[in-house]
Amino acid sequence: MIYRLCEWLAETAAATAIRESAYLFPLLEAAHVTFIALVVGSISIVDLRLLGWASHTVSVRKLSEEVLLWTWLAFICAFITGALLFISNATGYYDKVPFRWKILLMGLAGVNMLVFQFITYRSVLSWELGSAPRAARVAGGMSLALWVGVVVFGRWTGFV
Amino acid sequence: MWRTFTDWLASTPLSLAIQAANWAIPSIQTIHILAIAVVLSSMLMLNLRLLNIAWRGEAVSALVARFVRPVWLAVVVLLVTGALLIIAEPGRSLTNLVFLTKMSMLVCAIALTLFVQSAVRRRPVVWDAPRPHLGARVTAVLSLILWLSISVAGRLIAYGGAVR
Repeated sequence: MIYRLCEWLAETAAATAIRESAYLFPLLEAAHVTFIALVVGSISIVDLRLLGWASHTVSVRKLSEEVLLWTWLAFICAFITGALLFISNATGYYDKVPFRWKILLMGLAGVNMLVFQFITYRSVLSWELGSAPRAARVAGGMSLALWVGVVVFGRWTGFV
Repeated sequence: MWRTFTDWLASTPLSLAIQAANWAIPSIQTIHILAIAVVLSSMLMLNLRLLNIAWRGEAVSALVARFVRPVWLAVVVLLVTGALLIIAEPGRSLTNLVFLTKMSMLVCAIALTLFVQSAVRRRPVVWDAPRPHLGARVTAVLSLILWLSISVAGRLIAYGGAVR
């Protein structure tokens, strides 16, 4: 059923235009990698702070407030460019194992973020200046690992 | 003459070794991308402050210390991984117009970043001012354009043509 949806997506005007254009796909791809780099780079600033490995003198709250807006903006742009790339060869990407891993890891990163945001972060006022509690360190470490995995599988997708 | 150099480079043991291992080029490229992530996000943070869009009120000199230092470490990683990628496929890069453009922009970006770092060190009072001066805003815009263009160009190398 999902495969039929992919077939339909690949036949849309947008998908066809991207597939048949000499420059649209390369430009979307280049923008996509750049936006992913901004997501991973910016989120690791916060993750490294949670782990206690960098920016020790900065409050977790302050860091989150300054950085995460840009993480979200970059993610939205990465998602849009990714969706456009995907539909240009929807059935092809759907069949690629590294691509499925990439989407899975992104989903897990999202869950990890939600758990952190709505549970662990609630008590941030009591630990924003010192070492973060274990749950926060775990969230930071998992976030880093998952997003590095997204980059690994994303690059791998281009090679299969 | 340049062709003979790239052909020779492609026949060296190191080049052949990288070409032979299926996982080598994707792995080197992945490390390259992660280092790009460090550079782009660090420079974004600093430049947003220089444009007074984020980190308002924070001392620029403190942000330079926090964000520019990792940039230089990442640049070393980028130069090493980049060199390995060139050695693996010399013809694909060294005669490629997109690659040469990227390298030119990289030289400018590094020079600009060095300039900001030294200017902030020499005249911190000017740069730490809450509302940034014109020079700060101009360098921030230039820096963002350069570093983002370098990243885009990097991906486009694969589609670029040879220099005639």
